[in-house]
Amino acid sequence: MKELFEKESYSLINNKLKKNSFNLKNSKRINLGDFIYEKLTLIFAIIVFMLTVFMGYEMYINSRLSISKFGWKFLTETTWDPVAEIYGALPSIYGTLVSSFLALLIAVPLSIGVAIYLSELAPDWLEKPLSFLVELLAGIPSIVYGLWGVFVLVPWLRSEVQPFLFEHLGFLPFFRGPMYGFSILAAAIILSIMVLPIITSISRDIMKSVPSIQKEAALALGATKWEATKIVLMNSKSGMLGATMLGLGRAIGETMAVTMVIGNRPLISSSLFDPAYTMASIIANEFTEATSDLYLSALIELALILFFITIIINAAARMLVWSLERKWKKS
Amino acid sequence: MEKIIRSYKRKLIYRKAISFFVMSLTFIAALFAIVPLVFIFYYTVSKGITHLNLEFFISMPKPVGESGGGMANAIVGTLILVGIGGVIGLPIGIMSGIYLAEFGNNKFGTVLRFLTDVLSGIPSIVVGVVAYTLVVIPMKHFSALAGGVALAILMIPTITRTTEEMIKLVPHSYREAGLGLGIPKWKTSLFIILRTAWKGIATGILLALSRAAGETAPLLFTALGNRFWSTNIFQPIASLTVYIYDYARAPFEDWNEQAWTAALVLILLISIFSVIFRVITKSKYKAN
Repeated sequence: MKELFEKESYSLINNKLKKNSFNLKNSKRINLGDFIYEKLTLIFAIIVFMLTVFMGYEMYINSRLSISKFGWKFLTETTWDPVAEIYGALPSIYGTLVSSFLALLIAVPLSIGVAIYLSELAPDWLEKPLSFLVELLAGIPSIVYGLWGVFVLVPWLRSEVQPFLFEHLGFLPFFRGPMYGFSILAAAIILSIMVLPIITSISRDIMKSVPSIQKEAALALGATKWEATKIVLMNSKSGMLGATMLGLGRAIGETMAVTMVIGNRPLISSSLFDPAYTMASIIANEFTEATSDLYLSALIELALILFFITIIINAAARMLVWSLERKWKKS
Repeated sequence: MEKIIRSYKRKLIYRKAISFFVMSLTFIAALFAIVPLVFIFYYTVSKGITHLNLEFFISMPKPVGESGGGMANAIVGTLILVGIGGVIGLPIGIMSGIYLAEFGNNKFGTVLRFLTDVLSGIPSIVVGVVAYTLVVIPMKHFSALAGGVALAILMIPTITRTTEEMIKLVPHSYREAGLGLGIPKWKTSLFIILRTAWKGIATGILLALSRAAGETAPLLFTALGNRFWSTNIFQPIASLTVYIYDYARAPFEDWNEQAWTAALVLILLISIFSVIFRVITKSKYKAN
């Protein structure tokens, strides 16, 4: 009852504040300058709005040749042969999905661990520099990751990791085959480093926005730190799913670093040691070599697919994260 | 009774042990997250520093087989590309950011905010393809302009959102003061609010520009790259990142080392800007 009353009075006060505070939108005075100002900024806002629609349209127009020739078969065809003019996206879709999922497999537990540490455990003086360092990781250009991958990671994989995995887990089909170093495994590792900061920083923000009363209550009842943290985790589940999906969107679209280490061969193989191809790296590698119109339009169609996949993933992820943040802010 | 207490104590110890274990795991995860950063910084600095001298900045790349030479054309090229991107992207980004902050409290504003977030998640290679179809196909050849268009599209979401955030950080009383003096809203917004928020917006823009300088994928088939000196925006142009890509794949040791130096220059640039951005946005509005 008391709670209800308090809520009521809060909203009363809020309403009063709203009425009293000066709001550009609600003010009744209108002059020409204001009108022009609003409409001018609106025009630019509409440009941004149209940009996304226009991008999809432009790619659709330019890939019509390949869309009409291959139709839906484009997605299921397993050969990518520019000489014979047969273009199938399946190997690159396969490479994109496998490398991204592997990357998430490595990055998600790690990033959630970091997020828990940052939001629950780390002392204040450590939290800020640490999250800054993690964000710095997000700022490094992907070409630098690629460079590092080619000259440091790939040789290391070739000489240490792949022989080790082959020796101990070689009975599995994933860890067999030639050990070049340039492989889907290398791509997954690089990608996992690149998506880690995104997942970490969003999960941390979500966890921090969970009302601390819940955790305090658990602690007061005698829960250990981990048990209290579990409550926070339960509450931020869908937000962390959103963060993971944002990471997935980044991993799927990542180009340079992957192109430099994945080996660039359009094949579907169960081994993680084999080279592969992703949609993004096929475009990066072959776009300037595309001599025929059909070749070019097939590549643009790949970009169109990539565009739609990332838009869907990002939109869904943003909605998850947003709805959760709004929910906590309200309560 | 004692038995029960003892069993509870045992359970508590067990639970505390688990808690300690899991919490140390998260600490280890945090350490692990920093390791790649340290590695990347270490390798870029130690390998890149050998060629980091004046020659790198002022001389042209040498032909295959000759050692030495620099990347002067690529540095200028990157600046030109980022400049074109800025000229196209800044007005759109800033104005739409102002719209979102001042008038965006409606449905369209929510949609736009959502869309800019989605737009920032679109792979840069896709943006490159769009710039190709938009500029390269009609002009019939690769050009710096096409690269600039691609970079502009990549910058817009960042600039829009930073502008909005920075304007929203300005205390409401500033606006009331301006309006209380009878200044029209647009003047208040432009000359009081925007001027107060300007420092934050400017650093946000610098951050977006430096991020754009680190892009490679959209430049591969728009600006293409150029071994020679070029400042013509209708011709292909060299850029640092494309040089890194080419030099990393080349079989010459000297080129590989120069790729590291270019990477070092890029990382330094971006790190400096993100530190400045952080300091300015953090310190100025801390009280609010």
